[in-house]
Amino acid sequence: MRYLPKSDSERREMLDTCGVTSADELFAHLPDAVRLNRPLALDPGISEYEIVDYFKKRAAQNANGYASFLGAGVYQHYRPVLVDTVVSRGEFLTSYTPYQAEISQGTLTTIFEFQTMLCQLTGMDVANASMYDGSTAVPEAAMMAVRATGKGRVMVARSVHPEYREVLRTYARHQGMPIHEFGYLEDRGTIDLEDLAHHIDPLTAAVIVQSPNFFGVIDQVKAAAEIAHKHGALLIMVFTEAVSLGILEPPADADIVAGELQSFAISPCYGGPFAGVIATKEKFMRQLPGRLVGQTTDSRGNRAFCLTLSTREQHIRREKATSNICTNQALIALMATVFMTVYGKRGLRELAQQNLSKAHYLATRSQPRFSGPFFNEFVTRKEGQSPAELNKALLKTKIIGGLPLAKHYPELSDCMLLCATEMSTRESIDLLATALAATKPVEVHA
Amino acid sequence: MIKKVRPHLSQNEALLFERSSPGKRAYQLPELDVPEVDARAALGAENVRSEIAGFPEVSEVEAIRHFTRLSTWNYAIDHGMYPLGSCTMKYNPRINELVARIDGLAWAHPYQPEALSQGCMDVMAKVEAALAEITGMDAVTLQPAAGAHGELTGILLIRALLEKRGNPRQKILIPDSAHGTNPATAAIAGYAVENIKSSETGALDVGALEQLVNEDVAALMVTNPNTLGVFEHNIIQAAEILHRKGALLYMDGANMNALVGIARPGDFGVDVMHLNLHKTFSTPHGGGGPGAGPVAVKKQLEPFLPIPRIRRAARKYIYDYNRKQSIGRVRAYYGNFGVLVRALAYILAHGGPGLRNATVDAVLNAVYIRKKLEPFYDLPYPAPNLHEVVFSDKRQTARGVHTGDLAKRLIDYGFHPYTVSFPLIVHGALMIEPTETEGKLEIDQFVEAMISIAGEVETDPQLVKNAPHGTRTSRVDEVTAARKPILRWKPE
Amino acid sequence: MYPENFRYTKEHEWVLVEGDSATIGITQHAQEELGDIVYVDLPKAGAQIEQGKSLGSVESVKAVSDVYSPLSGEVTEVNATLAEKPESLNQDPHGAAWLVKVKLSNPGEIQSLMTASDYSAYVGAEK
Repeated sequence: MRYLPKSDSERREMLDTCGVTSADELFAHLPDAVRLNRPLALDPGISEYEIVDYFKKRAAQNANGYASFLGAGVYQHYRPVLVDTVVSRGEFLTSYTPYQAEISQGTLTTIFEFQTMLCQLTGMDVANASMYDGSTAVPEAAMMAVRATGKGRVMVARSVHPEYREVLRTYARHQGMPIHEFGYLEDRGTIDLEDLAHHIDPLTAAVIVQSPNFFGVIDQVKAAAEIAHKHGALLIMVFTEAVSLGILEPPADADIVAGELQSFAISPCYGGPFAGVIATKEKFMRQLPGRLVGQTTDSRGNRAFCLTLSTREQHIRREKATSNICTNQALIALMATVFMTVYGKRGLRELAQQNLSKAHYLATRSQPRFSGPFFNEFVTRKEGQSPAELNKALLKTKIIGGLPLAKHYPELSDCMLLCATEMSTRESIDLLATALAATKPVEVHA
Repeated sequence: MIKKVRPHLSQNEALLFERSSPGKRAYQLPELDVPEVDARAALGAENVRSEIAGFPEVSEVEAIRHFTRLSTWNYAIDHGMYPLGSCTMKYNPRINELVARIDGLAWAHPYQPEALSQGCMDVMAKVEAALAEITGMDAVTLQPAAGAHGELTGILLIRALLEKRGNPRQKILIPDSAHGTNPATAAIAGYAVENIKSSETGALDVGALEQLVNEDVAALMVTNPNTLGVFEHNIIQAAEILHRKGALLYMDGANMNALVGIARPGDFGVDVMHLNLHKTFSTPHGGGGPGAGPVAVKKQLEPFLPIPRIRRAARKYIYDYNRKQSIGRVRAYYGNFGVLVRALAYILAHGGPGLRNATVDAVLNAVYIRKKLEPFYDLPYPAPNLHEVVFSDKRQTARGVHTGDLAKRLIDYGFHPYTVSFPLIVHGALMIEPTETEGKLEIDQFVEAMISIAGEVETDPQLVKNAPHGTRTSRVDEVTAARKPILRWKPE
Repeated sequence: MYPENFRYTKEHEWVLVEGDSATIGITQHAQEELGDIVYVDLPKAGAQIEQGKSLGSVESVKAVSDVYSPLSGEVTEVNATLAEKPESLNQDPHGAAWLVKVKLSNPGEIQSLMTASDYSAYVGAEK
């Protein structure tokens, strides 16, 4: 087998050193009752060519050659060629967690740059080296707020990604962390501040708001923060579309920012692996979960980087750790770092601008359901045709339409969520717009 | 004499922000084919940022040089062995990278219609089936993003089952030799942790277990082989003790590289376990992640698995969300699909017999290293080891040299250090796991290096204590980094 | 090495009692075991502390140790220099690097603590 670099004669020599005549003897001490006495019921190994062929056949059974208008937390953005060039280098791809700083300065330096750029984008003071993804970053941020405030209750807007809220509930259930959801305004699509103000209380540790929210609408982060702070709670802002940070004002009023970086050159890959991030103000630094890279010097006085504040983490604190997380998404975060480098200050702005223009062009030719300002996603509906029926028709023209909202928002069961990015062509937008064309201006109920 | 490495010039490189200059660019977007929208008008002026202050601007050449230079400061599996115990740093097959990037897989959106996702669902179903066969368990979830995430999922499943039976119970028993994620996970799942001391042979103490298991105990979390690399010969007995009192056995699958094709956790009493695809199944560590931590369970836990489940219906795959007893989601979407593809490619390349051969070679390598180093390093627990071996620095501390120093000196010999100071039940531990993808030449060089260092401890301990000497960066000041944390670059 | 007028705990804390107030710190032995101290986590003034319960923690790069209170009472003062210079705990654990000052609620608790000679023997025995 080509991954096993020993010849038979080398094996014999080594067995000899071990004082056995056959490899089976190395397992002889295992109790009989635990031994598997048959071969594994798996086919024999296949060649490289056959493996490629296998996966190409699987890929062919998926959507190929469709124009897609799906967003909803996973976005189609062009991946600069430099991204794979860099992450394919063996020194990055096959290296380990940088616990041994002297031989990991490559990884450590890029993570330090990543942390810096995330601070610059979010306006926060410190960012960690990444979480598994945006959806798990949210409960981690909530747990952070609970530690920082000493209070236990969390409020989350319904306009936060539904699957993110589900994950939050799964984590919260066993921590004595009651979760209370508050609503959004039917006309604008932004959070219902009255609902929030009515239900917040002195026991609330955090208020969680997403912007742009699941509906694509820019939400009222500042106003929510005021209400939260008045009651001694922290404001957690969530983002799922990182490109929006290229054009939107960073959330200065948030205490913690938790987000998903998939938009930064991470392939959609059917939902993972992605990379989340948590960024926060300096005063909450020691409550951050996940790895942190810090700057220091070596014994010769040269600048160097190392993992730091490790006493927060599981391998030292064990049951009192800020989280059980061990892995960070280093390789994925590196993709994001290369992406941010390639685009840079102006490029990210220009990219965001293009996204804005594409989505708004589509919106002028359909009818946004909400009146609130939006970035590259918006909710729409078509008079006389359900989202499911519309999508079925669109598939025939090789277009994947928006996400029907019925499953998570029964009150919006006639609506779908559309996303247009820099990769959406005018041609496909026009096709989609034509299919939506029967939509009449609809009355919005107050 | 150091044979594996020789010093060589490596390029200096500043941070991106220090190389940045206004107007430099590495990107080119196509012309907009739709009308440009005024951001302030569309979003509201108060929502539009002026600029991203401090964000770098560099050219493509500088970008490529920056990352290439930085990469040359890293050690990696592609350079040589990582003898890191319990990390299973095996070769990352390149074919895995190629297949993960096939467009139809890499660009699949998790919300695209099921009818257009059959290929992805087939991959996931195959991975579930293969992992179930390998572990001897009844059902598998692929949702968890990494080992610790899998542990949390597993403990939540246990809680759900026990709740259904009327009492979730209070405590989880964890051996003092366990990895730190175990107690941290138990705490997040709302359980108190009770430590169970290992016996004096370093094994699970079934006598102590018998004493500790009662109706307050939800589960025992065990690693098998344990963190000494030794198979827990009492495991079946332990499972019986737990099951008799209505408690469950959770297995941390970090050390599966010693068991694949040889023994199956499902056959020795494990109720639920997680796997680390980035360990046993060759997916790349990438400097710290991503991973994937699938969880395998026995039938009784199956109803509680995260939603959705993949089902086969009328010759198609569908997602089943109609599972009332599910613990819910542990993350958005379905799992780290890209990592699953890589793991499946690894499984396909080896096949059944190949996976068993890999296990045999992994154990052969570790036992060989043990035999070669036993004369030079103290072996605190003499039981037969499997895929990893744990020494202590006892002989060397007589000369004031500790495991951390020995590890740093190993760097000068061209290797990444072994796992230092873990497990905690060994004072000054050296935990070594070569994996099956190391050849005799590399292993012999490692052995020679370790023997040479043991000699240096006798003749020139300061040389070892001040190591590494040959690296680009000398020993790093971790104390100042913790006292005065600087976690981002700032302009002067 | 260990001041006669202090009293000591098995967890390596010291306390200097003066009337119904006291000063609490960690011992020379404790800071040696921990190595270079990087951070000290202390309660705020006004916090209630209880004999035998954790009042905070001391961190080195690779380890964290809880500090258990030798006596019960209310924190009246917290040593502000430790935030800026945690290393002073390595330099002068029995003097300038005291942790907190406390108004005692139950001065009788001091009976359960070790004298300097008992503690020296205890630490010697531990070695």
